[in-house]
Amino acid sequence: MEFLSDIASLINSTLRISTPLVFAAMAGIFAERSGVIDFSLEGKMLMAAFVAAVGSYFLGNPWLGLLLAIIACVSLSMLHGFASVTYKGDQVVSCVAINILIIGLTTALAAAWFGQAGLTPTLNEDQRFLEVNLPFAESLRNVPIIGTIYSDILSGHYIFVYLAYLSVPLVFWVVFKTSFGLRLRAVGENPSAVDTAGINVFAMRYKALAINGVLIAFAGAHLSTAVNANFFREMSAGRGYLALAAMIFGKWHPKTALVACLLFGFTDALQIRLQGVELPAIGEIPVQLIQAIPYVLTVVLLAGFVGKAIAPNAIGQPYIKER
Amino acid sequence: MVSPILELTNINKSFGHVHANKNINLTINKGTIHGIIGENGAGKSTLMSIVFGLYQANSGTIKVNGKEINLRSPKDSIINGIGMVHQHFMLVENFTVLENIILGFEGELVFGKNLEKAKKDLKDLCDTYKLNIDLNSTISDLSVGFRQRVEILKSLYRGAEILILDEPTGVLTPQEVDELFKILRSLKEEGKTIVLITHKLIEIMDLTSEVSVMRQGEMVGHTKTENTNKEQLAEMMVGRSVLLRLDKSEVKAGGVLFSVKNLTVKDDLDVTRVKNVDLEIRSGEILGLAGVTGNGQTELLEALSGIRKVESGEIYLEGKKVSDSQNFLDPRELKDKGLAHVPEDRQRMGLVTDFKAYENLIFGYHDQQPFSKSSVLNHRDIISHSKKIMEEYDVRPQSPNLITSNFSGGNQQKIILSRELNENPKVLLVGQPTRGVDIGAIEFIHQRLIDMRDRGAAILLVSVELDEVLSLSDRIAVMFDGKIVGEKDNKNVTDRELGLLMAGVV
Repeated sequence: MEFLSDIASLINSTLRISTPLVFAAMAGIFAERSGVIDFSLEGKMLMAAFVAAVGSYFLGNPWLGLLLAIIACVSLSMLHGFASVTYKGDQVVSCVAINILIIGLTTALAAAWFGQAGLTPTLNEDQRFLEVNLPFAESLRNVPIIGTIYSDILSGHYIFVYLAYLSVPLVFWVVFKTSFGLRLRAVGENPSAVDTAGINVFAMRYKALAINGVLIAFAGAHLSTAVNANFFREMSAGRGYLALAAMIFGKWHPKTALVACLLFGFTDALQIRLQGVELPAIGEIPVQLIQAIPYVLTVVLLAGFVGKAIAPNAIGQPYIKER
Repeated sequence: MVSPILELTNINKSFGHVHANKNINLTINKGTIHGIIGENGAGKSTLMSIVFGLYQANSGTIKVNGKEINLRSPKDSIINGIGMVHQHFMLVENFTVLENIILGFEGELVFGKNLEKAKKDLKDLCDTYKLNIDLNSTISDLSVGFRQRVEILKSLYRGAEILILDEPTGVLTPQEVDELFKILRSLKEEGKTIVLITHKLIEIMDLTSEVSVMRQGEMVGHTKTENTNKEQLAEMMVGRSVLLRLDKSEVKAGGVLFSVKNLTVKDDLDVTRVKNVDLEIRSGEILGLAGVTGNGQTELLEALSGIRKVESGEIYLEGKKVSDSQNFLDPRELKDKGLAHVPEDRQRMGLVTDFKAYENLIFGYHDQQPFSKSSVLNHRDIISHSKKIMEEYDVRPQSPNLITSNFSGGNQQKIILSRELNENPKVLLVGQPTRGVDIGAIEFIHQRLIDMRDRGAAILLVSVELDEVLSLSDRIAVMFDGKIVGEKDNKNVTDRELGLLMAGVV
């Protein structure tokens, strides 16, 4: 039985750890399907974490914090669009600028407002999201199998965890079953075809970036107002990049991107479990080595396993109408 | 009773300093096929892009059915019944036919009822005009001819009464051209108006009832097609009289200078593009290689010029083996042995377009006397050589210091040609020598190639322009799916026969 509960808790943490990755990957899908590279998921996630924590602290309500985080992230997406869609700048450079800006800005603002570089005050229970226990979770706990799945794996997560996994079918539906999705995919493949169909290419890309900003804000808020009760320096810790890799690994498709996010989440959950475990003959594996597993996996998957990931055809190219 | 469906008055359009359209007036009558002819860069495409709302005119008015309209985007044009089939198709390659057609005209936020109605309407349209298109096929699986039909269907579905086609035949086989013309005629029968932009005189004579001629951004003439002929139109296009037929002496072919045996070549994706090709070119003859784009000509030419690795088979120059899968000479060594290459894609492989003309004029020979001494370029000699050669090859403007990208397509091609021909090569490989080159320059380039041949060079001419292959070559080989599917003497072959070979039918 202990083995079973180990597995259950591993899956439970996989779901939790994957949550910001899923939001970020879905955000990335919108931007990149529209033809705009989004390397700035990392910076935006960090910004959202900071704004959500500060907003919740001052306004006393995590939902208002989330709202402010959404506004902040959409603004950053618009900034990215302004530089790379309207002014046709290099999209990667624009993203790198945003990422660097946010690292400095969050650290500096935290220092100015709270006197501690890159650290915001701890939120109390009213100011943060709490774990949601699904109905009947306690009474079903002792039912074999079902009880384990329902009570130990599915129940007791933060609201963001549920929202993240609900967002995947929603994103799939929008991208593949609506006229907006058709235009979104077309604008990332051949903007000229979209233009000659009488649709504004630039407006399409801005709309995609706006959705991108909303989704990534959830990832950041999850980090600072749910799993943690404050913001700390560089707390996004590369998750934005990891999500980007998952999105590419998933070939810009919400379902496969989800699988990739879960895989990364699983290796991360596994490495936490493995820390300090003694293996026969080898002994204890150094922590650093274990912590490297998700990143090594990323490199290996991207380098070889995935096969050729075919990006949207027009990705990274600003649309120039007249010669 | 003829009534104008489209009237343009005093249209002007500039891109920076280039005045692409100057005071254009044009009237198109309902239910006609109206040709607009002019050389590359004459402003035809710009004008039609204005009519389609893609570009905005600097001044002038546009009337449809007598009513002045304001075109701010293609949407406005589409609403007013104007459709356009662009030279480069505006299709999303990994979408289905259906998805491409409904794009922007979905009629609903979530796919459902309207999608079903669209399918039915499109089937009806396909039947009416015998388009024979499967709505569920993916664009990337379709041939160029079918992609074009999708474009036509797209315009019709969006309610086009005026259909503009920009150089529609450039990428088609002769058979596909016939099919297209059939479709266009049946559209006309149904009362649609068609505007055909082309630089091919024969298409104007075949299809149109009225024709307008553009030259250097201006409209220089309108006439009924029955009142004119090819020579007259060519003169109007170029502004001087043009020799449409080449003066070519009888072939005096000598021994074999260049030969290829059982050659197989793969492309960058490891797909076999050239399959067991045998070729022989003798001194003093031009071997034309015809074929639709993408049937292995590019890879063959690259392998022959030493740019691409040979998978199997051998290449011989003057009877000596120069390349096989194990040993091969690089382009420099081939050049030293008397092989010159005018690449298909002149801007990517033939020139460094950001460099000055004189630099491009000596590339490949820059380390030789008198251009350099002990690895230092001799600027004065290079400039004087460039001036001389630019005059000889009529490169305009004659300024060696001008950046190459500022020359027109035809003059860029003359820069490459003069560089390669100046060394009097024994073997000349030429790819698409007149792609995007205007009529006046085509005449000049063709004459130069004939001169080379008469001086005893062996020339391989690769071109997708069948007319060009027919008028220059002594022998014609046809390439389809990487194989040589036929070889004919130019004297007893028709373009119909070649067309069937090019389509892989025979």
